[in-house]
Amino acid sequence: MNELALAIPWLGKRNPAAARGVVILLAFVAPLIAMLFGKTWVRILDFAMLYVMLAIGLNLVVGFAGLLDLGYIAFYAVGAYAFALLASPHFDLHLPFWLVLPLGAGFAALAGIILGLPTLRLRGDYLAIVTLGFGEIVRIFMNNLNQPINITNGPQGINMIDPLVLFGWDVSKPLKIGEEITVNSLFQYYYIFLAFVALSVVLVQRLQVSRVGRAWAAIRDDELAAKAIGINTRNMKLLAFSLGATFGGVSGGLFAAFQGFVSPESFSLMESIAVLTMIVFGGMGNLAGVIVGALALTALPEVLRYVAIPVQQALFDKVILDPEVLRMLLLSLAMIFMMLLRPAGLIPAYSRYSRPELVVGKEAGK
Amino acid sequence: METLLQQTVNGLVVGSVYALVALGYTMVYGILGLINFAHGDVLMVGALVALEAIRLIQTHAPELGLVPTLLAGLSVSVLVCMVLGYTIERTAYRRLRNAPRLAPLITAIGVSFLLQTIAMIIWGRNYHTFPQLVSTTPLEPVAGVFITPVQIAILVVSALLMMALMLLVNKTRLGRAMRATAENHKVASLMGVDTNKIIAATFIIGSALAAVAGVMFSSNYGIAHYAMGFMPGLKAFTAAVLGGIGNLGGAMLGGLVLGLVESIGAGYIEDMSFGFLNSSYQDIFAFMILGIVLIFRPTGLLGERVADRA
Repeated sequence: MNELALAIPWLGKRNPAAARGVVILLAFVAPLIAMLFGKTWVRILDFAMLYVMLAIGLNLVVGFAGLLDLGYIAFYAVGAYAFALLASPHFDLHLPFWLVLPLGAGFAALAGIILGLPTLRLRGDYLAIVTLGFGEIVRIFMNNLNQPINITNGPQGINMIDPLVLFGWDVSKPLKIGEEITVNSLFQYYYIFLAFVALSVVLVQRLQVSRVGRAWAAIRDDELAAKAIGINTRNMKLLAFSLGATFGGVSGGLFAAFQGFVSPESFSLMESIAVLTMIVFGGMGNLAGVIVGALALTALPEVLRYVAIPVQQALFDKVILDPEVLRMLLLSLAMIFMMLLRPAGLIPAYSRYSRPELVVGKEAGK
Repeated sequence: METLLQQTVNGLVVGSVYALVALGYTMVYGILGLINFAHGDVLMVGALVALEAIRLIQTHAPELGLVPTLLAGLSVSVLVCMVLGYTIERTAYRRLRNAPRLAPLITAIGVSFLLQTIAMIIWGRNYHTFPQLVSTTPLEPVAGVFITPVQIAILVVSALLMMALMLLVNKTRLGRAMRATAENHKVASLMGVDTNKIIAATFIIGSALAAVAGVMFSSNYGIAHYAMGFMPGLKAFTAAVLGGIGNLGGAMLGGLVLGLVESIGAGYIEDMSFGFLNSSYQDIFAFMILGIVLIFRPTGLLGERVADRA
């Protein structure tokens, strides 16, 4: 769990145990602090957790294995749509959560392999473009598969998706503990998402220092050399794609249940780029960095929304930059300036297992 | 048969727009090994700046004829895009020229989204109607095929521009320097070529072509929009890869082939898939071609470079 400590670098280096404690404590009290600013902020935290999962998954593909994937949101979409189709009135199917989520994850993993197989030979920028195309194809199908047979309900999306129900505990309803305390569903979702994130962190950390993780690092640093020392690069790359996709799928399923509604609009290229920016911003290849990046870039646009809009109202009597524009501006500038000024991210990867291509990779071209 | 002919004409028109944009991708890729993700958005800026200029001219000098107005708008947008292309290269890409490969690509994506955001701030989210200064009413059909004056103009202008570019690259000093730089930066600079200048020139020429393509695109479809650059950009990149990236003739051929496949495909997709898919799936042709080319023939039709550069 060393990487968690790195989320607070100045403390983490001197006293990892204390830093770890602070991080875990913060994770638990975060929604309570957010509640001080209103319910919306708890909701934003819930979304932040979903983005953290996405960032962890994409980091597996880009940061560990060095395969730049610009269509990652497609797996999120597959997970979300799988959940939406299997647990909503759309087909009048209401399968239980424990069945739907693994199914969605499985479909996403399968989609990962479908994307991975034909692109095994591609690297770097070409891979980026093909994965981008894959993401767009998935979106085009979601948008148009409402005729002749209505599968995805087209641009309108799917409504009234079943909420999370775990062993008869309906997460979407306030939970009563004793007489006095009721726990809002947003809090319940937060802790469930937190549990998923924690599980992902542990899994990915173990994976990174395992044989598989080392194989990925080898492929990332030099594919030819990796092949030469006997790594099955084909299987390892496919594994990276499908495992990364699984995280996307699980996150997508949770998103569908949480939101109760999915439509192709949520899975645009902008979202793929947003997740990529999060890991670039935080520190590609470094779990703590990736998590910090995801949290920062989910929260910052929202902070801007509540700060910049009133400021603009006061100064110009009208809103010139609306929240969506602010978010895009922030993400694109973050991407450009991080690459120019601090290419390794806020918290650079440090160990010998986690040097991303951006730090020590091969020099460009020629 | 008439559908086929009609779609062929439409395909050639769209294809020549793709070809112009593809030239910009392929020149930059040939010299820097960088996919200039923002190239499609330069096209968008070109179209919107031309729109703005034409609106200004129409309010302040309405007595100017249709074609001079269009030409004036076009010149303004070409100039703005040349400056824009230079600025992008100078501020964002030049510093990363020796950085690891993912860095300039990620920066390019950032620049692309930055341009879109800025356009969104200036022009809003709405679709703008682009004034149809060259008529889009079809002429008398020839052999059952309708063609509009604007389509003829697009074909002629792009053919002229492509010829001019070929001459520039193959016959002039600048062109020789560009080819030398694409071959090998270091050796070229040892031979006295100012590679920085040549790379800047490449961006400027590519951006000018993108601006023209943007104006043609908007004149043909009658709209302009902050996100309009994405799809043509992606398709033009596909065209460049299809023709063999780094190869100018390849980019032109690739553009035309892609345009043809797309519009003929869109005409027949419903029959081919037994009514399951319709023409709203038109956009997936480009991606499928891209995937197929990269997997089976990464050097493209006329190709020079190999996709799998280590």
